[in-house]
This record gives sequence, C-alpha cells and structure tokens, in this order.
Amino acid sequence: MDPQVAVNGYIAHAPGYVHNDGPKLITSRFVHDDSFTLARYEATGGYEGLRAALETTPAAVHDEVRAATLLGRGGAGFPAGVKWGFLPPGKHPYYLVVNGDESEPGTYKDRLLMERDPHQLIEGCLIACYALGLQQCFLYVRGEMAVAQERIAAALNEAYEAGYVGRDICGTDFSVDIVMAWGAGAYIVGEETALIESLEGRRGMPRLKPPYFPAAVGLYGQPTIVNNVETLANLPWMMVNGAEAYCRYGSESSPGTRMFAVSGHLRRPGVYEVEHGVTTFRELIYGDNFCQGIRDGHELKMFIPGGGSAPWFFPEHLDLPLEARPVGAAGSMLGSGAIVIMDDTTDAVRAAWRVVKFFARESCGKCTPCREGTTWLEQILRRILDGEGRPSDIDLLLDIGDNISPGPYPVAAHNGQEAVPFPPRQTTICPLGPSAVAPVVSTIRRFRHEYESKITRRDAIPIEVVPVGASQ
Amino acid sequence: MTLSPANEALAAEIISWFPRPRSALIPLLHLAQEQDGYLTDEAMRRVGELVGATPAEVKGTAGFYEMFRFEPVGTYMINVCTNISCLLWGGEELLHHAAESLGVEVGGTTDDGKFTVEEAECIAACTEAPCLQVNYRYRGRITPDDFDRLVEDLRADRLDIPRHGALSRVRQSIPAERLAGVVPPEQAREAPVWLARNNVEVAG
Repeated sequence: MDPQVAVNGYIAHAPGYVHNDGPKLITSRFVHDDSFTLARYEATGGYEGLRAALETTPAAVHDEVRAATLLGRGGAGFPAGVKWGFLPPGKHPYYLVVNGDESEPGTYKDRLLMERDPHQLIEGCLIACYALGLQQCFLYVRGEMAVAQERIAAALNEAYEAGYVGRDICGTDFSVDIVMAWGAGAYIVGEETALIESLEGRRGMPRLKPPYFPAAVGLYGQPTIVNNVETLANLPWMMVNGAEAYCRYGSESSPGTRMFAVSGHLRRPGVYEVEHGVTTFRELIYGDNFCQGIRDGHELKMFIPGGGSAPWFFPEHLDLPLEARPVGAAGSMLGSGAIVIMDDTTDAVRAAWRVVKFFARESCGKCTPCREGTTWLEQILRRILDGEGRPSDIDLLLDIGDNISPGPYPVAAHNGQEAVPFPPRQTTICPLGPSAVAPVVSTIRRFRHEYESKITRRDAIPIEVVPVGASQ
Repeated sequence: MTLSPANEALAAEIISWFPRPRSALIPLLHLAQEQDGYLTDEAMRRVGELVGATPAEVKGTAGFYEMFRFEPVGTYMINVCTNISCLLWGGEELLHHAAESLGVEVGGTTDDGKFTVEEAECIAACTEAPCLQVNYRYRGRITPDDFDRLVEDLRADRLDIPRHGALSRVRQSIPAERLAGVVPPEQAREAPVWLARNNVEVAG
C-alpha cells in the first residue's frame, strides 16, 4: 500500500480501520480513497465472484458456501450455509434481508464495509440471491448511518446502470432487484424478526418464537433469509477463490477472517481484519500487529469480548482463541466482534451501569421481565453510584437478573464454578433482556467489593475523570 | 405541511419498489422529516394514506423510532455518544461540555433554533472515542476545544452538512427498463427461472 496514506496503520479516509500485514479477504480495498466507486471495484476484481457464480448452478454455489463453513458475523455465529438450507422447498417467493442495523455497543465493521466497499456487499447479495432463488433483496441500513446510506444508494445506482443488478444480470436470465431500506433509530431492529417487522412498516418488536428462523416464516409471511453485512461481504472472495482456499485461513471450525473492533484503553484501538479462530485475545490486544497493548502506565482490568451483550472477561481469559466454542465454554460469546478494553482506572460499577442503561433505553417493551427489569437494574445501579445504595441492593440486582435470565448464569471457570455456555435461559422472546444481566452479574461476581464499598461507605471509589479526547 | 409535489412523486416511486406499500412507511417518514425538519401531523396523515395506514398507526410506528421528531429541533442535531467505549474516554464529560457551552439542557434546543444536543447510544465509531454526530455525520476524538471550533463552523454554516432531516444526499433510482419487477408475494409463487438450472445438466 501507499505508505503516505497510513500513519501508524491508520488511514485518513477510513478512520478507525488499521491496515496491518495480515490477510485481507474483505477489507482489501479500504486503502484506496475511492474504494466505494464502481470504477475502483471493477479495477480490483469486482463482480468476478458474481460471474463465477453465474457460470455454475445455484446449488453448486450453495454447496461452496456450506463447504466453507461461513459462520454468520452478526452475533449468533450460525453457519450461513446451514441457515440457507432451512428454506422450505417450493414456497416461493423467498426474500433476502440484509441486516445492516449495526448498533451493538462496541461494534463497528458493517458500517466500514458499507461506507468503504458497498459494491462488495451488493455482489455478496447477488450471489446469495442466485444460489437460493431469492426474488428480491432488501438492504436495511441503520438510520443513523447517513454516509453508509449515501454510498450504498450511489453504488446501487451504478450497479443497476452497469447491468449488475436488476433485469437480466450480466446478460443472463438471473434477475433480482436490490432495494435499500433504512431504519430510524432502534437497537432492537438488529434482532432479525424485529428487522422484518420494521421492514413491513411497523414498530420493530421481535416476533414470538417458534418459528425460530425467518427462513420458515419471514417477510410478508414468506421464507426469508436474514444475513449480516459482513457475512455477505465474504461471498465474492469465496466465489473467486473457492471454499478450499477460504478454509486455508483461520481454524478448522472457524475458517476465513473476521473483523474485530477493539476499543477502549489501548495504544492503538482499531478495526482489524483478523484470522478467525487462531488469533488469541492476547495477540489482538498486545500484539505489535494489532492494538499494541494497554495505554501507558496501566494494566488490563477487564474486557468485553463480544459486544455489549456479552458477559465480561478478565486477564486470565487472554489466551483464549477468537473462536466461538472456547469463548462460549468460558461463559461468554464472540458476538458481533466487538472487544472493549478497560484498564485499572475503570470503575466496574459505573461501566456496568452504562451498559445496562443502554439496554434499559433500548428495551422494546414487549416482554415484562425485560421492560421492567432493565429499568430497575439501571435505577438501582444509579443509586449505588450516587452513594444511596442499600445493603440489600446486590441481592436485589441478582434477583432481578434471575427473573430475566433464570438459573445458573454463565460464569467462567475462574470463579470455581462450572462454566455454563452462553446463551443463558431467558424469560423473554429475544436476548436483549439477558444482555442487560451480563455486565451486572459479571461485575458483581468479580468486583463485589466495589459494590459493597459504595453501599457501605456511601461514597464512590474516586473515579478518574479521563481528560476529554486525551491522546490515544 | 403535507408532501410537496416533488416528494409525492418520490413517494410513489419508493412505494413501487416494495411488494407491499406499508413497507415504504419508514422511508416516507424520513422523506417527510427531510422536507419539514420534523414530522408534522399533516405529513404523517398523507404518508398514512399513501401506504394504507391510519394516522394512529403511523404515529404509533414513528414514535417507536428515536430519529423521528414530532416537534421542531435545531438545524444541527448534535448526538454525543456516552456508551461504554466513549465513556472510557470522557464521553459524558464531552456531553456536559456540549450542553453547557451551548446553554441548553441535554435534549434541548438553543433559542436561535440552530442546535439540539442529545445523548446518543453507540454510533459505531468506538475506536474514535469520544465521538459525536452532527445530523448523523461523524466526528471522532473530540476535545472540548474541538467541539467549540465545530460549533463555530456550524454557526457560520461552513461545513458540508445538510440540515436536520436530510440523511442520504444520494437517492436510489432504478431505471424502468432495468427493474426486474416488484410484485406482491401472492403473484410470485413460481420458482424464479434461473433456479431451474439446478434441474438440468450443465453442458460441458
């Protein structure tokens, strides 16, 4: 790449993205300042994956995706090829809904993929539609992402004009429309059935399960595939290079690469494309090629391994690989590829409160345990922080948590308890409620003394106020 | 006001891209908000007529989504993130600075109608903490001084940021001859033609 555009790996036109010397399957164009244009896309191998797909049968494309074990990148980590296989035969029309409603705290990769390489996403959508006989694609972008909307709208206009989208694509009988839709500010719409409700012009509230997968009953009651932006962005490379080449990256059960947004108290916070399954948290946080360690003079206290919904991890978890199974066995999840690093200056109660406040604000209100529980959790944490906590508050927090997420909560083996894999049981129809329990239980288990000292001494542990915008 | 003639035409086009008109509800509400800066009762009534929803259904749906406003807000909506990654780098302090320096409560609008300050949830720029958006356009690693300069520039309309309500400045448009064709689901019961390729031997 041109060394002039990178300062310590950062690229001026893609703030946050760090270009290092690891494999680049989906972020290869980010170094170009015009990476979002059709001209650049075509000059760098664009739409060759689509052409390769069109030269084979739809079933062969599906087989390729299945063989590559492409794990969904939205949070649940479900294999896309298997999810695709849930479409009931013959119940046409089928739809594709692209989940670009990225809003999990700490997460941002889909936004970069949409802003920096919209054609790659569009090509991924086309490959999926071709493979499965999906008759229309709706590309749902988060409402607050105005630039992503601009780039996708412009790219779709270019792609329609050039014959890549719409009628008789590339001169074949393959025809599909891709329509951009956009949200209006609601985290819960990232849940796939809520996304479908929103796309039907309603309040974005999750649907009752079963059916568990919209592949059975989705948009307009029809079989629908909902895939994350990053998942689909992998398809063009995979079609050009094949599943076998794809599986040469990453581990056997988690092939390929994955984007991780690593934020917080780091020397070089950033969004990295990382080999899936083989890199460890330690390498990602301390490695020279990645975040280069905790900011000067401080040490790691705790970290969130997979977005705001994930139970928290501590220094003893650093050697776990970035792979779903071991992270799940240790009591948390890789989730949406968002890692938030907190050093020894961080007040555990305050940090937990802020994440809980998010879930309280974003609860859609459909299920009582979540609607009421998240609000109570937030209020109790707030009063503890304000020096007005009561001795019974810690048990009260755990009790409310147990009402949302009953039974043994996933905790790591470090507590001497049996590790329970995520996700926990829940009294709600979607995981938002249990997500609010994660930071509370994680911090009470580990830093109960911080809660107790705030409650009994009625004064907060001094919080270091970080100078705003201090150099990172 | 109700929708302008130009927006009526845009609305008809947007509706035509969805198998059911109701799916155009949120895009059309954005169009109405772009036109007026917020959602007026007249515009919501008209959008409801266009997509087949009652005024109560329209308002009930719009009220679920934070970006829709039922009263005028500032020309520039400043959303300061205080979620976890921004909290760690002074997001709350930045929010307080923003409100204090503009002389408003969080959520309030300045007397001149220029600025509204809001506390935002994670806006997906976590490594650029503390970050904010002005009319949903990003600014990262913001110090109080940076914020004050930003406000000066906005006051003088020196920045390339459209007024509140406008999101994407590029609209999707589909040439009629390129449209594959959108029909309600009940009129698309046949498997698409290309899927039939699975049933034939590929030559060669």
